[in-house]
Amino acid sequence: MRALLPRPLIWTLAAMAATTASLPLTGCSPGAETEEVNLYSARQENLIAPLLEQFTDETGIEVNLVTGSADALLQRLRQEGRNSPADVFITVDAGRLHQAHAAGVLQAIESETLEDNIPERYRDPDGEWFGLSMRARPIMYHRDRVDPAELSTYEALTDEQWEGRICIRSSDNVYNQSLVASMIASEGADAAQAWVDGLVPNLARRPQGGDRDQIRALADGVCDVAVANTYYLGLMLEGDGRDRDVAEQIGVFWPNQDDRGTHVNVSGAGVTAHAPNRDNAIRLIEYLSSAEAQEWYAEANQEYPIRDDVPTSEILADLGDFISDDIDLYVLGKNNAEAVRIMDRGGWR
Amino acid sequence: MTASATSPGAHAPASRRLRLPFSAWSMAAVVTALVLALPVLVIFGHVFIPAGEVWEHLRQTVLADYVTNSLVLLVGVGIGVLLIGVPVAWLVSMCEFPGRSVFQWALMLPLAMPAYIIAYTYTGILDFSGPVQGLIRELTGLGYGEYWFPEIRSLGGAMVMLLLVLYPYVYLLSRAAFLEQSVCVLEVSRTLGAGPWEGFRRVALPLARPAIIAGLTLALMEVLADYGTVAYFGVSTFTTGVFRTWYGLGDPAAAAQLSAVLLSFVFVLILLERWSRAKARFHHTSRRYSTLPRYRLRGWKAAGAFFACLLPILLGFLIPTLQLGIWAVQTTDQWMNPRFAGLVFNTFWLAIAAAIIAVGLALVLAYAQRMEGGRVTRVAVRIAGMGYAVPGTVIAIGIMIPFAAFDNALDAFMRDTFGVSTGLLLSGTVFALLFAYAVRFLAVSLQTVEAGLGKIQPSMDDAARSLGLHPLKTLWQVHMPIMRGTLLTALLLVFVDVLKELPATLILRPFDFNTLAVRAFELAGDERLPESSSAALAIVLVGLVPVILLSMTIGRSRPGQGAGQEDATDEDPGRRPRSRPLAVPAGTAVNPSADDPQDR
Amino acid sequence: MQVPHTPLLDLDHVDIGYDGRAVVHDATLQLPEGQIGCLLGPSGCGKTTLLRAIAGFEPVMRGQVRMHGETVSEPGYTVPPERRGVGMVFQDFALFPHLSVGDNLRFGIRHWSRAAQDERVRQLLRLVGLIGYEPAYPHALSGGQQQRVALARALAPRPGLLLLDEPFSSMDVELRGGLAREVRQILRAENTTAILVTHDQNEAFAFADRVAVIHEGRIAQLDSAYNLYHRPANRFVADFIGEGTLIPGMVEPGHQVDTALGHLQGPLSEDLPPGTAVDVLVRPDDIAIDNEQGEVRTEVLDKAFRGADFLYTLRLPDGLSVLCMAPSHDNFVIGEHVRLRLDFSHLVVFSRESGVDCPAG
Repeated sequence: MRALLPRPLIWTLAAMAATTASLPLTGCSPGAETEEVNLYSARQENLIAPLLEQFTDETGIEVNLVTGSADALLQRLRQEGRNSPADVFITVDAGRLHQAHAAGVLQAIESETLEDNIPERYRDPDGEWFGLSMRARPIMYHRDRVDPAELSTYEALTDEQWEGRICIRSSDNVYNQSLVASMIASEGADAAQAWVDGLVPNLARRPQGGDRDQIRALADGVCDVAVANTYYLGLMLEGDGRDRDVAEQIGVFWPNQDDRGTHVNVSGAGVTAHAPNRDNAIRLIEYLSSAEAQEWYAEANQEYPIRDDVPTSEILADLGDFISDDIDLYVLGKNNAEAVRIMDRGGWR
Repeated sequence: MTASATSPGAHAPASRRLRLPFSAWSMAAVVTALVLALPVLVIFGHVFIPAGEVWEHLRQTVLADYVTNSLVLLVGVGIGVLLIGVPVAWLVSMCEFPGRSVFQWALMLPLAMPAYIIAYTYTGILDFSGPVQGLIRELTGLGYGEYWFPEIRSLGGAMVMLLLVLYPYVYLLSRAAFLEQSVCVLEVSRTLGAGPWEGFRRVALPLARPAIIAGLTLALMEVLADYGTVAYFGVSTFTTGVFRTWYGLGDPAAAAQLSAVLLSFVFVLILLERWSRAKARFHHTSRRYSTLPRYRLRGWKAAGAFFACLLPILLGFLIPTLQLGIWAVQTTDQWMNPRFAGLVFNTFWLAIAAAIIAVGLALVLAYAQRMEGGRVTRVAVRIAGMGYAVPGTVIAIGIMIPFAAFDNALDAFMRDTFGVSTGLLLSGTVFALLFAYAVRFLAVSLQTVEAGLGKIQPSMDDAARSLGLHPLKTLWQVHMPIMRGTLLTALLLVFVDVLKELPATLILRPFDFNTLAVRAFELAGDERLPESSSAALAIVLVGLVPVILLSMTIGRSRPGQGAGQEDATDEDPGRRPRSRPLAVPAGTAVNPSADDPQDR
Repeated sequence: MQVPHTPLLDLDHVDIGYDGRAVVHDATLQLPEGQIGCLLGPSGCGKTTLLRAIAGFEPVMRGQVRMHGETVSEPGYTVPPERRGVGMVFQDFALFPHLSVGDNLRFGIRHWSRAAQDERVRQLLRLVGLIGYEPAYPHALSGGQQQRVALARALAPRPGLLLLDEPFSSMDVELRGGLAREVRQILRAENTTAILVTHDQNEAFAFADRVAVIHEGRIAQLDSAYNLYHRPANRFVADFIGEGTLIPGMVEPGHQVDTALGHLQGPLSEDLPPGTAVDVLVRPDDIAIDNEQGEVRTEVLDKAFRGADFLYTLRLPDGLSVLCMAPSHDNFVIGEHVRLRLDFSHLVVFSRESGVDCPAG
């Protein structure tokens, strides 16, 4: 009966056994001996890992990381409840930080370091979350085809003269949702609706691609003005080859300087409500707000540091100073659903 | 669960057993299916939370878009995968032309290409800023809008991207079906004057239809579940709608209801497939096989076949891989490190483990259904297979909710009674991840395994049992060896799917647990295509090994040829069938009335 | 029907069916050890279902199946096939394609010692005339060879009972009779008790000691081949087994029946009072063409050459037709008038009151 057990099946079983043995079967890999902090991060691994390694080198605290979309991680935090292993929750927009706050998965912390490092308007009044870096969403234009004097405000993009000349990405994107949410906060829902209704017919093409694609489209002549985040332009300028050629053709216009200011958003972090390593969590956030980390944000990610005493990167500095919209950022989270409805109604896909 | 399944009759004849409404096998199937259906059921649970006002909003604004885009995508991809998959499968199985022996495995290569990666890659190549259009402008001196070029980031573009990577499902299953067709049937069609085309249209195609439809169903379910491609291309489908409603509008109930609508699409697909299979349940009428003599193509026909096979490989694999390769060379720092090797290893083992689990579960379910084809079992198995069309994120949340609830309930109980905290036992573990893969990809293994089991005559089961084997051992000693090729196919399909799987992995993984797909997507999602290329390329390369392996196995899998007593004659183009003793083909039905000696 | 010892197989008022609907009704039969039985009937009569219930593949709805006196099936209880010690040969042989002939034969005796297995395989291959085929794979064998491997595989564990489900139906017609006899000899050599399912009565008669004719899920008659032919218990068996015609008649006193063939004389199969309207079974060998002494004038309607004899279809004066066997050295032409001599040793009659019209000749 030698032929009855086919060899592949034996291999299969062997592979199964080997697999089971080789994979970590528990959530928290390191033993309880080492100091550690567990991080749920909506910021992608490669955009944060160098800082975390630096943190471990300096403090000896191991950082365990899971990255993912903010919404999914928030959902995970909520479901895991008091047994969640997470200590720190990082997002790349203030809206989600507010939602985490509202869902009760964060806890208030008091830290003089954080209060010293981070200006008040970039952190939660209750101390549940802290902004760590800032990005602006200005209007960008092609230097050859647009005179910056023609530009004034986001609202003015609905003028007839821009018909078929504007590029912007899909309204699925949270940066656009936040932009509209900020308008609802300052100007009211009707004004925001009017803006979306006026913007959509002026679009040069169906919303598609990411922010870099909008910037490239400017260079390619698909459109003349676009709305995109600053760090994308910064990273393109910092890069080499075609992307830099593209970015060099682009000018940045800071809209609404005479009224509420240019829309900005922050990435930030909070300590989770049931953090098993609370002290380490606070140390990690404090580290992320340190001058050293802030400089890294500025240089490596082309974001605006949250601290006034840390200079922006040269590339961003070249874009000029601007007045930012200083509404309370948690409002972005509150108004998010309303913003999506407005964009749905306006036909912004 | 199967240990108990073997017990009927374990009692001495003297003991009297009550007949249960379900047998052990159907119990096992129903329990397995229910556990696997849990995430889908959890999502469905949200359906009963009223969300009327959001629905009104959706209906007035975006719902029509979701429906039309999803339907157009389904129809377009469906037609596309059929038009590519079936003819090339026929060509490489039945015709002889230059390159055929390479094409027969190379045509499967796009299977290893994640849809979102090919979408990013082609955007890089074809969009306005890409090299192709740049060249056109340079040559013609025209600018934007002054010449026509298809828009890659569009519904049509999404359709093409998806069909380029999904046609291998149809190719794979229909090729297996063509190869397994009995030589007698095809020879009969030749003796009846049917040429290659007629033989294809009137004999091979109808016989292979269940397999073709199974492949089509898999492809269409993938279309429904796709998020990465359509989101990047700005095409609103049901899947993007689910995300937008859940996260953007902050309304999980309405999102779950949208998911439920999505699942009803799937249900229609499944019914369609069942219906097609029920109408044509073919066992082989003859069990005599020999290597099929292939039609030798010459001249323009051979050239046509050559290019027909080359084109899908070129577009679905070679061009994107080349682009990824160029990028990977430019970004050596991304992959020339031990961490990247660890990533590859991690992904590889994860995919193997998931494949074995998914195929094992599919075997239990399909075999239980074969043993006891009751309606309860059938429905349970169908529901368990629906996860394939559900976007990974939705599945992940459907898993997270019950797992965390279980963990927390157990923890609370242990704390109250024993003062010990058990913490999270299931959530955030590899187990949760493997479970998610099983839920998500069961349909793939199930389809394949069911098709394979269906081809084994029921008398095989009876024969084994009359020779003293209980059902479980029969599965192990008879069915599994006979359907070795099928099992390998199922393993491969799940393996490659897990390699590519992203959203569920992203949410459910343990700390510091990365896969190639996660790495590729994070970088690509950040619009850093060159940096993402090495991980994407690694997915393709890791997926390549089993694809080639499988192809060689299927080539040898014509029944009777796999058993090792004959060499791999499939690779030998001009070989004639072996001469065999002339005898009445076994199983050829003799009309009972033909020799009925009655004088009517 | 009474057997002195405990019969090997004993079916006691068994109903079998699916979804509450019986396909086999009230089946009762016994098979003593060493005998070969046969379930004979047209397609769809329930004979295969009955066989599968005996094997344990189907549960019974009513009654009991006993083997060696022990109950193996009754409502709510079924000993599974793998525990019954029953061998089975399938219509499509069901040889395991992934196993060689030798391993197919070893399949049922895998727990034997290697030496015992080898010995048994050698013995079986000799028995079925396939010496040297041990390493061959099923697909390389002819249909007849596959058939013999299937038989040998089923016999290998020396099953108490061997079930054969239409094992010859995929064979050439000419091969069948020979194969059936060959298999019978093999079964005799192994002293195996067996049940054959078939729709072919020649096969049944060549193979079995006792034949159960099944009609619409019921055992119409269980008897020897001779009795089924000569003493059919009912119209169905009379019609199904062999050739023949039922012609109407009237019972007269003194073992006589008045028919279109004249006054038939002989013991009646049923004791019916004079004046009863009956149908009389006329077998082709009950009448003979005898132009010298024959009394009944008939006309040749049709004829079929069968080698040793002709089967004539003859028209009686009143328009009825009968079948008649005649040696083939006389060759009557169609349309010719011939005379019939009656040669009844007994009369098979069925009362017309209960029955419907007899089948037209």
